[in-house]
Amino acid sequence: MIFKKFKQDAKGFIFEGITLLSALIIIAILVVMLVVIVKGGKSMFTWEFLSTFPTEGMTKGGIFPAIFGTALLVIIMSIAAVPFGTITAIYLTEYAKENSFIARSIRFAVRTLAVIPSIIYGLFGLGFFIKFVGTGMDSIFTGGQLKWGQPNILWASLTMALLTLPVVIVSVEEALKTIPRDLREASLALGATKWQTIRKVVLPGSYSGIMTGTILAVSRGAGEVAPILFTGAAYYLATLPHSLSDQFMVLGYHIYIMSTQSANVDQTLPIQFGTTLVLLLLTFSLNFTAIILRYRIRKKRIA
Amino acid sequence: MKNLKIHTENMYLYYGSKMALNNVSIEIPENKVTALIGPSGCGKSTFLRSLNRMNDLIDSVKIEGNIFIDDINIYDKNIDVVNLRKKVGMVFQKSNPFAKSIFENVAYGPRINGINNNNELTEIVEKSLQNAAIWDEVKDRLHDSALGLSGGQQQRLCIARTLAVNPEVILMDEPASALDPISTSKIEELIVQLKENYTIVIVTHNMQQAARISDDTAFFYLGELIEFGKTKKIFTNPDKKQTEDYITGRFG
Repeated sequence: MIFKKFKQDAKGFIFEGITLLSALIIIAILVVMLVVIVKGGKSMFTWEFLSTFPTEGMTKGGIFPAIFGTALLVIIMSIAAVPFGTITAIYLTEYAKENSFIARSIRFAVRTLAVIPSIIYGLFGLGFFIKFVGTGMDSIFTGGQLKWGQPNILWASLTMALLTLPVVIVSVEEALKTIPRDLREASLALGATKWQTIRKVVLPGSYSGIMTGTILAVSRGAGEVAPILFTGAAYYLATLPHSLSDQFMVLGYHIYIMSTQSANVDQTLPIQFGTTLVLLLLTFSLNFTAIILRYRIRKKRIA
Repeated sequence: MKNLKIHTENMYLYYGSKMALNNVSIEIPENKVTALIGPSGCGKSTFLRSLNRMNDLIDSVKIEGNIFIDDINIYDKNIDVVNLRKKVGMVFQKSNPFAKSIFENVAYGPRINGINNNNELTEIVEKSLQNAAIWDEVKDRLHDSALGLSGGQQQRLCIARTLAVNPEVILMDEPASALDPISTSKIEELIVQLKENYTIVIVTHNMQQAARISDDTAFFYLGELIEFGKTKKIFTNPDKKQTEDYITGRFG
C-alpha cells in the first residue's frame, strides 16, 4: 500500500522534473546566447564602431553603412507595406462580409503569404521586380541601358514589404476590431457615411494598432536576410546609397559575409559580435515597443 | 386630429429565415412620446432600429411591408439612408460617446454635415448641451474627454450629440437601463421636455418609466404588435389579456 503510493509519488515527481527541466533549458539557451553575444560584442559597442565605414578590407572599422542601409531599407519598406496593409485590413474588417468568398480568399492568401519561406520571397523579388518590372522600366526609360533591371534598395525594400505585409494586415485588423460596434453605430446614426465613420472614428482609435503592426514589420524586416540577398544587399560599398537604384549594405547580411566570406574570419570575430549585438538591440527594442503598444490596446479593449 | 409622424403597414422582418416582426402596423403621432414595451426578444428593439434603417447593417435582415415617415416610404430605393438618419436620430442603450472631447462629440454631427465655422459650431454645441440639460455640468470643461463623465452624463451627452444634427424624430433604445435612479429621472425629465420639438419613440423594460413619460404605448409580444393605444388606457384598462398579464407582471 505504502509502496504503491510511493511509486505514484515518484512518478509524479519525475514527470514534474522533466517538464521543469525542459522549461529551464529554454531559459538557458536564451541566457547563453545573450551572454556570449554581449560579452563578445560589448567592447566593440562604441560610437566609432557605429559611425564609421569598414576599413582594411573589412577587417577593421565600423558598420555605419550597414546600419544606414538597414534603416533605409525598413523605412522604404514601411512606406510601401503600412498603407497597403492598412487599406487591406480596412477592407477586411469594414467592407467585406465576414464569410464571403472574397474575404475568405484574402484571409487564406494572407495566412499563406505568412508561411512562405523568406528565400522564396527573395527569388520572387528577383524574378518579378528586377527581371520583369526593372528590365521593363529600363527598356522604356533608359532605352535598354541597365539601371533598374538590377538589384537595388527599392526592389529589396519592396520585396521585404511583401514579406512583412501579413504582419501589418493582421495587426491592423486586430486593432480595427477593438473599436466597439457601438461607436460605429453612433456615428452612422448621426448621418455619417461609412467612409466618414472609418476616417473619423475607427482609424483614430486604431493608431496604436497600426503602430504595432508597423513596428513588428520593421523588426521582422530588419532581421531578415534571405529576401534581400538577390534583390539589393551588397557585400561591400565604399559609399552610402544615394538613389533608389543603388545597392546597400545591411546588418544581417554583413554578419553573414563577415563569418563566411571574409578573408580572415578569426580576425573579424569582434566585428561579427559587435554587429550581432547591434542587430539584436535593434530588434529587441522594436519588439519591446510593440509589446507595450499591444498591451495598451488590450487594456483598452477590456476597459 | 393629431399629426402622424411615423406609420408602418403590414411590416414583416426576418433574420435569415427567422421571423422577428410579424405584420406590424402602427401609427406614431408627432411631438409625442411613444413607448415600446414587451418582454426581451419580442421585437421592440428590432422595430425601433428599422425606423432609421440601422438594421441595414445586419446582412441577414430582410424587411417586407412599408414604413413611412412623413408619408415617405423610408425603404424606397431612392431614399438616401444618410439623410434619413440625420432626420431620425438614435440614442443607444449603452452610452457610447466617442473618445474625443465633450465639444467634439457634440460637434461631430454638424462637422460631417460640412459645418466648420467655429462660431457656428460653438453655438450649436452650446444649444444642444443646454437642450440635453447637461450644459451647466460641462460648460467649464468642454475640451476634456467625454469618457471622464459619469454614465448618466455620458448618456445626456449622447442625447446632445443627437440633437446637434437637428433631427425630427429621436429613437431611444432603453436609454436609462444602465443608469442609477437619479440619472434615470434626469433623463426622463429631459425626454418629456424634448417632445415639444421632437417625436420620441422609446424602448423600455421599465413599466413605471413607460407609464410616467409616454403618451402612447405599444405592447409587443413574439414579434407581433399586440396592443397600441393611449398609455393611460394600456396601463389601466388594456383590451387584450396578454397586455394585462405583462403589465401586471404575470409574465415577461
